[in-house]
Amino acid sequence: MEIPSVIGAGLAVIGAGIGIGMIGGRAMDAIARQPEAYGKIQTAMLIAAALIEGIGFAAIFAG
Amino acid sequence: MRSSFVSNFLVGVFFLCLGPVLFAKETPSESGGPAGTKAEIKEYIEHHLKDSHDFSIASYTDDQGNKVHWGFPLPVILWDDGLKVFSSSLFHHGETVAEVDGNYYKLYHSKIYKTDSEGTIVYDAEDHPTNTKPLDFSITKNVVMMLVTGLLMLWLFTSMARKYEKSGGVPTGVAKFFEPIVLYIRDDIAIPNIGEKKYSRYMPFLLTVFFFIWFLNMFGLTPLGVNVTGNIAVTTALAMIVFLMTNFTGTRDYWKHIFDPLGDGMPWYGKMIIYIILVPIEILGIFIKPFALLIRLYANMTAGHVVLMSLIGLIFIFKSWVGGPLSFGLSFAISLIEILVALLQAYIFTMLSALYFGFAAEEHDHDHEEPVLEHL
Repeated sequence: MEIPSVIGAGLAVIGAGIGIGMIGGRAMDAIARQPEAYGKIQTAMLIAAALIEGIGFAAIFAG
Repeated sequence: MRSSFVSNFLVGVFFLCLGPVLFAKETPSESGGPAGTKAEIKEYIEHHLKDSHDFSIASYTDDQGNKVHWGFPLPVILWDDGLKVFSSSLFHHGETVAEVDGNYYKLYHSKIYKTDSEGTIVYDAEDHPTNTKPLDFSITKNVVMMLVTGLLMLWLFTSMARKYEKSGGVPTGVAKFFEPIVLYIRDDIAIPNIGEKKYSRYMPFLLTVFFFIWFLNMFGLTPLGVNVTGNIAVTTALAMIVFLMTNFTGTRDYWKHIFDPLGDGMPWYGKMIIYIILVPIEILGIFIKPFALLIRLYANMTAGHVVLMSLIGLIFIFKSWVGGPLSFGLSFAISLIEILVALLQAYIFTMLSALYFGFAAEEHDHDHEEPVLEHL
């Protein structure tokens, strides 16, 4: 049986979503713990989120 | 003061959101059932995502059943046994065959093909045209938008620089808005990633690429209906510049990090085994980094446009009073997110470019490593 590629793309996007959610959540924790490091944490968060987002988009285009 | 800012902001947002609603004027004709409408919407979105040879703002079918186009033609420049320059109005939006110096050309899915006088296009088994494609150097819609953005930036920033000279370093007018952004790019993107010593070499590129991408992203949200940064050729060119700059400014330490990352930490027979895996990965990394950069920008902007236009397509799918308000509300919300995304993607592109330049510019100061360890 052949699994449609859209399902694979959907699964990959779920993974990317969970990943970005975890990054956002951890960044919130970090900011709450160290509010003075807000800028640095935000930058690192955005970079990590952007890298994961790339995978999500690659999956969408492959699917 | 503040209230005028807020009202101006809201008016600006309103016009940005009006953009998609104006696109919706290009109504698919009433023929065909719901499936036909869906196919037409899909085709329209695909058409919007592509570059085109004429600058059309909107088109509609009038009472007599004629298609009326709003917009203007652009010059077509072809290399086909000599330079051929003509106006894209000869194509009549792909409906007719253009005759130039005894050669016939036809537009098919926004690409120019050489045909016979009838405009016949021959397809292969996969429905791809087999006609020859002349080399196309046309000033297309995307090229026009890039030229406009380039000129806008040139005018904006040179006039700003002159005003700084006159006022002795005090920002006036529009510089009050742009100065914090420029300073942010310098102090929070360039210096932390590239380093105090070398950042100034890369600043012109970082600023240019940031404002270029940001302005083009914002133009994509206006009723002009352009999709420049959502075009893979444009993002490829931008990423290629980053790739060339990274590798041509790479220091000895940068190349050492790729071909000999362990240095003196291990005897050569130990390194051989690890390097069989490590070095190819590092070399692949050189190409993957700019590739990720180009895919990210292209995919983000394309996805944004597809979502926005699909929401507008809801009007034609519902065909009742529900569709209008629903579509307006959703596309309003998405437009606001897209304004954020437009800035965010420009920021991410600049940020990651700076990061890669930082890798290229790294220089290990081996004499200073010992005192750092003593602190621990």
